[in-house]
Amino acid sequence: MSEPVSALGGASFQGFATIREIGPVGMITLRAKGLKSLEKAVKAVTGTKLPAQRRIEVNGDRACGWMSPDEYLLVLPYGDVQPALASLGKSLGSEHHLAVDVSDARAVFRIEGEKAAQVLRKLSPVDFDTLAPGELRRTRAAQVAAALWQQDGGFTVVCFRSVAGYVMGLLTHSAQPGSELD
Amino acid sequence: MLILECPYCGVKAEETELSPGYEAHLKRFGPGSSPEEFEAYMFARKNPKGVHFERWRHSYGCGKWFLAARCTATLEVFGTYPAQVSEPPADIIAKIQARRPDWKGYK
Repeated sequence: MSEPVSALGGASFQGFATIREIGPVGMITLRAKGLKSLEKAVKAVTGTKLPAQRRIEVNGDRACGWMSPDEYLLVLPYGDVQPALASLGKSLGSEHHLAVDVSDARAVFRIEGEKAAQVLRKLSPVDFDTLAPGELRRTRAAQVAAALWQQDGGFTVVCFRSVAGYVMGLLTHSAQPGSELD
Repeated sequence: MLILECPYCGVKAEETELSPGYEAHLKRFGPGSSPEEFEAYMFARKNPKGVHFERWRHSYGCGKWFLAARCTATLEVFGTYPAQVSEPPADIIAKIQARRPDWKGYK
C-alpha cells in the first residue's frame, strides 16, 4: 500500500506563535440523526460520548465533534480509519446513516503558543473571548471554510486539503513577528 | 453589519459566514399554473422598505438553511427560525408587532 502523505509534508513556521501542519490525521464524516445505536457506535470508535451542540469530545488522539444537527466529525489515527468504518457499519447496521473516510480530503494545522488565538482572530469572524474550551467552531479563515477548536493549550484548525497551501500562507502571514494584536 | 443567530447551531454568525437566499415564504407555482402566476412566482418580489422575511444559509458553518425576519431600513433583526415552517412562527410575529405596531402582516 502507498504511504499516506499530508498536504504540506509537515510544514511549520515560527512566528509569534508556532504553526505546524500535522497529519496525516484520520477523519470520518458521520451523518446521522437521532439513531438508537449512535451513541454506542461513536463510543466504540472514539471512546467519547456523543458531543452536544457545537462541542467536541476529545479522548487522547481521538475525538468526536458536532458539525451540524445531523453531522459528526470523528478524528482518529490515520491507520484506524478502515477498522472504524467497519465498526460503525456493524453497530449502526440498517439504521439510516452515512460514514465516509475523508482523511485525505483534509489538512490539519496546530497553532501553539501564548498568543495562538491572535493568529486566528485576524482571519475569522469569531469572538474568541467567548469561544469555550471544547467548543468546535465552523467558520471561515479569510476566504475558505475552516473548523477550529482549542486543544492542549493551542488551536487545531481543519480545512480542505485543496486549500492547504492557502491556509498555511494565511497563518504564516498572520503570525509574523511584530504583528501581534497587543 | 448584519449578525444573525443560526437556529440550528446557535452561532451568532456575521454576514460573511452566511449566504443570502432572498425572500422567504414564497408559494411555488409549477406545472399546471397560469403563465401569470408562474411569472409572479419567478420574478415578482416584495422588496419592502421595512419588515422582510428572508432565507439565509449558514454556508461557512453548519450548512443549514434558516429564515430570518429583519427590517431592511434599519437592519433590526426580529428573529431567526428553522426553515421547516410554512409561515412565520407566532413569537416572531408578536415581536414584530411589538416593535412595528403599524405593520400589516407578512402577506
